[in-house]
Amino acid sequence: MRRYVIKRLAQAVGVLWAAYTVSFLVLDFLPGDPVSAMAGAGMDSGQTDPAQLAKLRHEYGFDKPVLVQYAEYLGRAVRGDFGDAVSTGRPVTSTLADALPQTLQLTGAALLLAVVLGGGLAVVATYTSRRWLRQLLLSLPPLGVSVPTFWVGLLLVEAFSFKLHWFPAFGNDGLRGLVLPALTLAVPTGAQVAQVLAKSLLTALDQAYVETARAKGADRWRVHLRHALRNASLPALTVVGLLVGQLIAGSVVVETVFSRDGLGRVTAAAVTTQDIPLVQGVVVFGALIFVATNLLVDLVYPLLDPRIVVASDRRAGFA
Amino acid sequence: MTALPDFRPSRWAPLAALLTTSVLLTACGSGDDGSGGGSGQAKSGGTLTFAVGSDAGCVDPQQVASNDTIYSVRQTVDSLTDQDPKTGKIVPWLAKSWDISADATTFTFHLRSGVTFSDGSKLTAQVVKDNFDAVPQLGALGTLAEGYLSGVKSTAVVDPLTVKVAFKQPNAQFLQATSTHSLGIESSASVKKSPQQKCSDGVVGSGPFVLKQYVQNQSVTLARRTGYDWGSSLWSKKGEAYLDKLVFKVVPEAGVRAGSLQSGQVDAISSVGKANEAALKGGQVTLQNRANPGVVFGLGLNNSRPLLKDTKVRQAISAAIDRKQIADTVFPTGTQPATSILAHTTPDYTDLSADLALDTTKTKSLLDQAGWKAGSDGSRTKDGKKLTLTISWFPNAATNQPALELVQQQLKAVGIDVVLKQLPVTQFATTLQSGDFDVVWANTTRADPDILRSSFSTQLANFYHLPASSLDTALSAQAATTDTAKRKQLVGESQQLIVQNAYDVPVVELQTQLGVSNKVHDLTFDSGSRVQLHDTWIG
Repeated sequence: MRRYVIKRLAQAVGVLWAAYTVSFLVLDFLPGDPVSAMAGAGMDSGQTDPAQLAKLRHEYGFDKPVLVQYAEYLGRAVRGDFGDAVSTGRPVTSTLADALPQTLQLTGAALLLAVVLGGGLAVVATYTSRRWLRQLLLSLPPLGVSVPTFWVGLLLVEAFSFKLHWFPAFGNDGLRGLVLPALTLAVPTGAQVAQVLAKSLLTALDQAYVETARAKGADRWRVHLRHALRNASLPALTVVGLLVGQLIAGSVVVETVFSRDGLGRVTAAAVTTQDIPLVQGVVVFGALIFVATNLLVDLVYPLLDPRIVVASDRRAGFA
Repeated sequence: MTALPDFRPSRWAPLAALLTTSVLLTACGSGDDGSGGGSGQAKSGGTLTFAVGSDAGCVDPQQVASNDTIYSVRQTVDSLTDQDPKTGKIVPWLAKSWDISADATTFTFHLRSGVTFSDGSKLTAQVVKDNFDAVPQLGALGTLAEGYLSGVKSTAVVDPLTVKVAFKQPNAQFLQATSTHSLGIESSASVKKSPQQKCSDGVVGSGPFVLKQYVQNQSVTLARRTGYDWGSSLWSKKGEAYLDKLVFKVVPEAGVRAGSLQSGQVDAISSVGKANEAALKGGQVTLQNRANPGVVFGLGLNNSRPLLKDTKVRQAISAAIDRKQIADTVFPTGTQPATSILAHTTPDYTDLSADLALDTTKTKSLLDQAGWKAGSDGSRTKDGKKLTLTISWFPNAATNQPALELVQQQLKAVGIDVVLKQLPVTQFATTLQSGDFDVVWANTTRADPDILRSSFSTQLANFYHLPASSLDTALSAQAATTDTAKRKQLVGESQQLIVQNAYDVPVVELQTQLGVSNKVHDLTFDSGSRVQLHDTWIG
C-alpha cells in the first residue's frame, strides 16, 4: 500500500511540473507580454511611451532570457510564491485564495447535483421495465453532453430569473444565487455520470452474481442497489475524478454568464490580459486540484476493490 | 478611453438578444404598467443599481481607464475644474478660478475653501501638489494621468489655497485635463500609498459619494457623502447628492445585463449594443446615448508605406467609404458617421462632412491619375501589382469586425483589395510602435482637441508616420495658445489638413449607449461621455 501511495504522489508532482512548464512555454511563444497588453487594453491612451513600457518590462523581469525567467519563476513557485499579478499588482496566491471558495461552492454544488441527478437517472433508467421510459431517459445524457453550457445558462436565467423572478440573474449572494449556476454546470457533468453509470449498471446486471442474488430470492430493488450498483460505481468514480477538471474548466463559462466571482473569472481575465504570473498560478492551481482529486480517487479504489492494489504491486514488481 | 473591452458579449450577444426578445414578446401581453411616469418633484433617497460589463480590478480614479469602472469611481473624487458637455467650456469645481500664462506653460489654480476629504482632512494647495507629484510615479495603469502631466516642471504651493503648475513646454490641454477623473484630487494620505494599494483599497476623495465596499469582479458600493457642499458649477442640485447609495454590479454578459434591466433587477446598464436594443425597446427603459469625444473610429493609415505615401491613393480610399451605411448597419441606433477627424462632441470640432462624402467617381479618377488602372475584373493594378491593403484590427469592440467587413466591400467595389488581419488586443501597442502595418482600425477618446497633436504631430510618437508639414505648426500652435478663438481656428485648420490630405480616414463616431429605467431621472453624461450621478434621483 505504501508503495502504491508513493508512486501516485510522485506521479502527481510530475504532472504539476509538466503543467507549469508547458503553460510557461505556451505563454512565452505568444507574441506580446503583459506590459504591452496593459498598454494595449487602453487601446487609445493616446501615446504609450515606449521608454516607459521598457522600464516596466525591466521591473517585472520580462526582458531577461527565457530560461532565466523560467528558473526564477519555478524556484519561487516551488516555495509557493507565484509573484504578483501584473494587471492588479496583487499577489497571485491571495487572488486565487479569494476566488477559490466561490468556485468550490459552485463546483461542489454542481458535482453533488450531477451525481444525484445523473446517478438517479441511470438507476431509474436501468431499473424500469417500461421500454419507452428507459429509451427516453437514456436519450437525455447525450443531449446534456452536447448542448453548450452557456446556452443552458442563458435559458435558465431567462426562464427562472427574468420571467419567473425566482432566482437572481447574477452575483454570488447566498444559496439562491447558487442554484442556477450549479444547475447549469451540473448538466454536462451529470449527463456523463449518467452515461457511464447506466452502461456499467447494464453490464453488471448481466453478471452471474446478480443471477445468484436473484436466485437467493432478493427482491429487484435490493439486487439493483446493493449488488449491481455497488459494482457498477467503480467506473463512475473514475469518471468523477476526471469530471473535476471539467467542472473547473466549465466554471469559466458559468461564472461569466452568471456574473459570479471565482477561479473561472480570474482565469478568463488572466488570459485576455496575458497576465503571465496569474495564468501560471491558475494552471498550477487547477492542476493541483485535479491531481489531488484523482489521487484521492486512486486511494479510495483499493478500499472499494482490494484487487486494484494487488495488480499495481505486481506490475511494480515486474518493472 | 473607448466604451471598451466587452470581449465575451460579442460572441453571445446575438443569441442572448434573440432569447430576450422571444420572452419579451410574451411578456408584453401581461402589460405590467408599474412605475411609469413619476416625473414629479426630485427627491432624496434610494439606491441606484447599475450593471456594468467589466471590472478593471482597480478602484483608483487616477489609474482606471475603462468606462465601466470610471462610472463608479469617478463619483468618489472631485476635480479642479469641470467641462461643460454642451460647449466644451472649462468651468470651476474645486478651483474657483485660474490664471494661465500667455505661453500656456504655467497654470495657477485658486482653490475653494472649506472643502474636506471623507477622512476629514482639508483640501489645500499642498494636497494638490502631493497629487500632481505622485501621478508620474503611478506606473503601468496610470498612463492616462501621466500623459496629462508629461513635461511637468514643478508644482508649487503659492499660498494655502493657491497652487501653480509649470510645464517645460506650452501645454494648453492641461486645463481640460484637470477636469478629468484621471486628475481627480485625492487626500494626501491616499496619494502616499502605493499604486497597488490604491487600486485594491480605493482612495479617500472629496467627491459626492464615498467608497463603502469593493468586491473584485462583483461590485462597487458607494454611499452618499454627508455634508458635501462643493459640487461642480455645472450641477443643478446644490449640496449633497440625491441618492443614498450607488451599487455597481459587474455583469459581463450583455444579454444578462439587458434582461436584468428589463426585469427590474437593476436600474441602469452600460454598453448596450445594437443586438440588445430591440429587447429593451418598448419597456420601462430609455436608451441614452452620446458620442465619445476625440478621434473617431477610422482607418489609421501608415503614411510611410509606398502605396499610402501617395496622397491621391489616400484621398481615393477616403472618398470610397460610405460612412452612413457603416454607422446605420453596424452601430447602435443614433450613431453618426464621421464628419471630421474629431467627433462632433469634441470642443473645437469643425464640420467637414463635404470633404467626407461618398464619391466613387472621384475615387476612380484619383486612382486613374495615380496610375492604378482598372482591369477587366474591376481590380486595379500598377506595373503588374495589385492594389491591396491590409487592415489590422483588434477585437476590443464587437462592432469592429462587421464595420471592417463593410469597409472591405466598399473598397472592393472601386477595385481596392482589402485583407483583414485580426490581432490580439494585447498586440495593439506593439503594432503601433513597430510601424509594421498598412492600416489599423482605431479611435481615441479625449474631450480636448489636443488629442490631434498626440496622434498626428511628427514631433511626438508619430505612429502613423506622417511627413513633416504645416500641420505640425498648427498643432504646436494650438497647444501654445490660451486665446480660445485662436485655438479654435488652429484646431479647425488641423482637422482640415488631416481630412483633406487623408492622413487618416475617419469613418464613424463611437457612441456610448446606456439603458436606464424610466424611474431614474437626470442621469446625465459628462463631457467625456461618462456619467454624472450627483443630480440623479429615483422616483
